[in-house]
Amino acid sequence: MNPSHSRHATTSPVRRLKRSIGLVLVPAFLLAGGTALIPATAFSAPAATGNLTIAPNLESFTLDNGLQVVVIPDRRAPVVTHMIWYKVGSADEPEGQSGVAHFLEHLMFKGTHDHPNGEFSKMVADRGGQENAFTSTDYTAYFQKVAKQHLPLMMTLEADRMENLVLTDDVVTPERDVVLEERRMRVDSEPGSRLQEALNSITFVNHPYGSPVIGWQSEIEALNKEAAIAFYDRFYTPNNAVVVIAGDVDVDAVHKLAEETYGKVARRAEPGERVRPAEPPLAGERRIAVSDPRVRQVSLSQTWIVPSQTTGKGRTPEALDILSYILGEGPSSRLHKALVLDQEVALNAGAYYQGSALDDGRFGVYAVPRPGYTLEDMERLIEAELHKLIETGVTEDEVERARNSMIASAIYAQDSQSGLARLFGGALTTGQTVEDVQTWPSQVQAVTPEDVVDAARTYLASVPVTGELRMEPPVVPDAAQSDAPQMKDKS
Amino acid sequence: MAQTLFALRGPVSALALSFVALLGLMRLAQAVEIQEVTSPKGITAWLVEDHTVPIIALDFSFDGGSAQDPAGKEGLTRLLAATLDEGAGEMDSETFQSRLEELAVSINFSTGKDRFYGSLRTLTPTLEEASDLLALAVNQPRFDEAPVERMKDQLSQSARRNESDPDAIAGRSLAEAMFGDHPYARPTIGTAETLSGLTAADLESQQGKLLARKGLIIGVVGAIDADTLAGVLDKVFAPLPEEGQLIEIADFEPDFGTEVNQQLAVPQTTILLGLPGLTRNDPDYQAAFVMNHILGGGTFTSWMYEEVREKRGLSYGAGTSLSPYAHTGLLIGNAATKADRADETVKIMLEQIRRMAETGPSEDELQSAKQYLTGSYPLRFDNSGKIARQLVALQNAELGIDYFDRRNSEIEAVTLDDVKRVAKRLLADKSPTVVTVGPKQG
Repeated sequence: MNPSHSRHATTSPVRRLKRSIGLVLVPAFLLAGGTALIPATAFSAPAATGNLTIAPNLESFTLDNGLQVVVIPDRRAPVVTHMIWYKVGSADEPEGQSGVAHFLEHLMFKGTHDHPNGEFSKMVADRGGQENAFTSTDYTAYFQKVAKQHLPLMMTLEADRMENLVLTDDVVTPERDVVLEERRMRVDSEPGSRLQEALNSITFVNHPYGSPVIGWQSEIEALNKEAAIAFYDRFYTPNNAVVVIAGDVDVDAVHKLAEETYGKVARRAEPGERVRPAEPPLAGERRIAVSDPRVRQVSLSQTWIVPSQTTGKGRTPEALDILSYILGEGPSSRLHKALVLDQEVALNAGAYYQGSALDDGRFGVYAVPRPGYTLEDMERLIEAELHKLIETGVTEDEVERARNSMIASAIYAQDSQSGLARLFGGALTTGQTVEDVQTWPSQVQAVTPEDVVDAARTYLASVPVTGELRMEPPVVPDAAQSDAPQMKDKS
Repeated sequence: MAQTLFALRGPVSALALSFVALLGLMRLAQAVEIQEVTSPKGITAWLVEDHTVPIIALDFSFDGGSAQDPAGKEGLTRLLAATLDEGAGEMDSETFQSRLEELAVSINFSTGKDRFYGSLRTLTPTLEEASDLLALAVNQPRFDEAPVERMKDQLSQSARRNESDPDAIAGRSLAEAMFGDHPYARPTIGTAETLSGLTAADLESQQGKLLARKGLIIGVVGAIDADTLAGVLDKVFAPLPEEGQLIEIADFEPDFGTEVNQQLAVPQTTILLGLPGLTRNDPDYQAAFVMNHILGGGTFTSWMYEEVREKRGLSYGAGTSLSPYAHTGLLIGNAATKADRADETVKIMLEQIRRMAETGPSEDELQSAKQYLTGSYPLRFDNSGKIARQLVALQNAELGIDYFDRRNSEIEAVTLDDVKRVAKRLLADKSPTVVTVGPKQG
């Protein structure tokens, strides 16, 4: 269990070595939005469940101070997952302070007046509880998983740190070093992560989604107590949060507990509308190459900005989901079949749709060439597959296969209580409603082959932004690099 | 969470089922129990039956893992795991994979050093076809040339990536330093060179050596009753040969006390410390488990976390873990820090080890550790797949069907003297092997 990790909702261009329905689709599906807590009787065949409702017994209410509470009863075991989601992420940061949302997430474990540094975690651990937190572009979330009798304490502690955080330089300074080490570990030490970060920064050049969630190194170094507290005071308020409680609970009892704990927290701020700078249409081709002496295998990654679950109209987001599956997720996906199986030019090839976002999201494709083939080959062949798809369409059979897999994944996903909590928390902090999530299967079921081709033609016919991971030797000799261990953020 | 194993209580009542010999039955919670199911043809599995969600998770393991790779054929068992589901019976790779996709069924194989693992995930309506596919994969894999070559290339790609990955380099260096010329020192994934020489004939031979009824262990969770499971067990596993052909792996004590510095142009130095640990059947194992939790276990309260991360900001992750194998055990510490603070970080980590060996924890720390370890035990079982894996792991370690019942009382029974004694046994008067991988210093 790694504390306080930032969560980058991206798909690595080099995916798992092997595909498998259960292991790849479930995460893809969780990004897309939808999982089901359905009775076994509702299920007759993998295909026949498009009209199912996800978590039909979910209840949601809002306290007087504006805090939304979502309760998902699941009585199968006496365990509760308690999460609080703040509607603030890296895309809400002040200019020049990239990383402050994630830095604050770390600092939220540093204690309050009533529960000084370390006490929160000790109280959770002493009760056998597990806890952690994560930050994304659009949200910051904290959670504990505990035996159900400890839920009131978790709510008390979480409500306390919503308004009573105490920070001193003594705890802030070493924690900034921890975050810098986290950045070195997650990004700077991983050539693939460096490419993703660089590609992202040229995909979104004006919108803050172009900044890394963890922050640019120079800007992390400049963060301090004051910046963190200012961010906290601006965004950590009950009217900017959603509490999700999944597990062995009674809705009325939770309502009463919520009034007694979170209900006592005053509205501390009015964060207002979440309006971010728009991404303008840009002329020309955008391309970035990251070289690293440690790269042993080159790869290609391309992205388009596309509507998200929230900004997409009608069935567009679901059509993009199915497009992504047909193009590059299933074991018989077009890119895998063409590049890996038939032409035998790639070790790996696929696609993803990152649709969980308050503003527009991303659609991506990637390929890893076999020895003897180049990134240019990959680019040309991916373009050819896309072109073919747009020109000749997709078959009803392909769409049916995609729908079935996605809905089956929804049934598998119901096995996880915390998965359900995450699903709703993520949706509600990126502009979706409970109903949007609950009716996701029927929206998927309604997608037609024409919808899929329309989505491809509308959003993927333009020139993508291209990232290349290359093997070229570094500009800086090894010896010099050892003296200056910081790598540049962009290559 | 249907099958979370809770409210650990009382033993075993018997239950008779038509044609299924039911040897033991553990009550784990109000409605959750482990049944030991033996099929008509003599295949035994542990079953947690739960019909809340229409899912079945079946996990299994065979005796023998990557330590069984013949010398010079490193990576063979790993390749076997990658190719068993790449075509079987009449179905070629594409047909087989496509059928899995249509049914929304997943079949996976993997390998450890000591055992070879498999799993099946299916929804209830597709159980029949899913188990047919699993039976084919286990008994009649094809090892066609195209998919075998494809998997070799993918594994080679990973092996090559490992050559420049600091964590992988550190892990391999530690294994080489501590395991010496024991088979455990060999890389599970092999190398680009050894992988390139592997053939379908090698795979068939390795399949015959490992995939056998003797040593087979099975755990099943979900919407399936014992009768139905018995049929599945017979179909999938009964056709296997009675015995494999395993080479004997020697028990041994790992080396320690060496220092390995690997130079790599990365912005951070990865640190691994290694000491001999314990095998799972060691009488001191639970005491060591509690000791490790205090020293560097999983919560935000351990000594390593406090001293390395919280107080000094040296590393994002800092911890220790016990790695029990069948023939030896390790205790491993890890951290990653800016190159110019690597020496300081190693020093702080060694100080915690020394402090644990010399003074040990306080009674309060012991109580907190026991409260966490007992209180969080049920959280390990929060989905079908995890429970199925636990059912297999318990049998692998020969802990007995009543282990879920005993486990928390075993933790409770650990005394301060036990922890101090095992800390001395494992940590005192021993210099750990220290591996650092990072940029040149000075």
